Amino acid sequence: MNKDPRKELKVSAIENGTVIDHIPAHSIFQVVRILNLEKYESQILIGMNLDSHKYGKKGILKISNKFFRNEEINKIALAAPTATMIVIRDFQIVEKRNVEIPGEVIRIVKCFNPNCITNHENIITRFRVIDKQELKLQCAYCEKITAKNNMVFI
Amino acid sequence: MKNKSLISINDFSREETMQVLDRAMEFEKMPTRKILENFVVATLFFEPSTRTRLSFESAVNRLGGKVIGFTDSASSSVKKGESLKDTIKTVCNYSDLIVMRHPREGSARFASEVASVPVINAGDGANQHPTQCLLDLYSIRKTQQRLDNLHITFIGDLKYGRTVHSLVIAMCNFNTTFHLVSPVELKLPSSVKMHIKEKNLEYHQYTEMTDAVPKADIIYMTRIQKERFSDPMEYEKVKNSYILSRNMLSDIKPNMRVLHPLPRVNEISEDVDDMPQAYYFEQALNGVYVRQALLAGILGV
Repeated sequence: MNKDPRKELKVSAIENGTVIDHIPAHSIFQVVRILNLEKYESQILIGMNLDSHKYGKKGILKISNKFFRNEEINKIALAAPTATMIVIRDFQIVEKRNVEIPGEVIRIVKCFNPNCITNHENIITRFRVIDKQELKLQCAYCEKITAKNNMVFI
Repeated sequence: MKNKSLISINDFSREETMQVLDRAMEFEKMPTRKILENFVVATLFFEPSTRTRLSFESAVNRLGGKVIGFTDSASSSVKKGESLKDTIKTVCNYSDLIVMRHPREGSARFASEVASVPVINAGDGANQHPTQCLLDLYSIRKTQQRLDNLHITFIGDLKYGRTVHSLVIAMCNFNTTFHLVSPVELKLPSSVKMHIKEKNLEYHQYTEMTDAVPKADIIYMTRIQKERFSDPMEYEKVKNSYILSRNMLSDIKPNMRVLHPLPRVNEISEDVDDMPQAYYFEQALNGVYVRQALLAGILGV
């Protein structure tokens, strides 16, 4: 780690901002959407299908001059539970942590129940996370449980 | 309880539930009281439900209140494509409380979020029907003089019957022992069983009625519907095994009563109707008193 880290990087380093690493390769655009980065004006570097020791293939996002609040970054935990967030200031890592599944999930996920009112009217979905390990979300409206295997992102 | 919506039976604490049941006893003694004379109650039935609607309207009328509303969505602006939000917001201008029945699950919770007046859920799809649950609790307490430590036998469609789900969840607060009788295809869902397990309560599952009847303080019958089966042969096999008839009620506890949310088709033989154990018609009558108590409690009179 004494070497200049920039030399090994497949995606250029950023001076200030946030790096989101260890994103499952197929989830990277989901994460972009959840964090609403499509509308972000500053530089964003996206790496996809990079080699990862831990996961085989991974995705990485480097977002210049952007710092996330915890509840903001935790939104991506459903799509990318393995992700780590690294805060960079002046090319140095100042903070590094794993994302955490939040207690409440708003707007990101579709309720799997076809007869749920949220699938028929213009309503922002809301779920209580009742099991973080198994990832079970209880709809605040129809009370049905949407689980990992039937989770669809909006 | 004042100004509080009732969407799911879990919205009320044990104390609030008991408060409604106690108040309902007073209305049973004297059902006609003009305490809602200055109130307008809207009954919005996006799908028809004669029994529930009439019970609510009877309750409002006995209290001297006025009722406005519609009896199915064909006669409302929904047909013109109005959103649920807009319908609710509009009706709030005209009423002090909304009673709503809607075919979509979660519709009542959503309505309570956009409404400026309290909302009572009179059934949202297959999800919740809390006033049915309150009248079931009232009927159980009235026939057993208590709610605690009872053995309750649920028979029939335990998978799709929302009245079963609500009542099981509500009875988890009263140290109940559950006897669950159903065909394998229609077992109680794990999301409901979860509540029993959380409270560490005893429960037994059966596919035949024989063993579960003698243990019961209350038998709660439900109808098995043909359309619930993917394989019609399976329905044919089980359809006659969950019928309660007079001869099955020889070995029972003396205090046992039979409840049914109605409408009944053939799951309770008519020869049971004139037995002292048959309580399902009085159960329906109790619905008016419970709804009176609820309306009065929420409107704060």
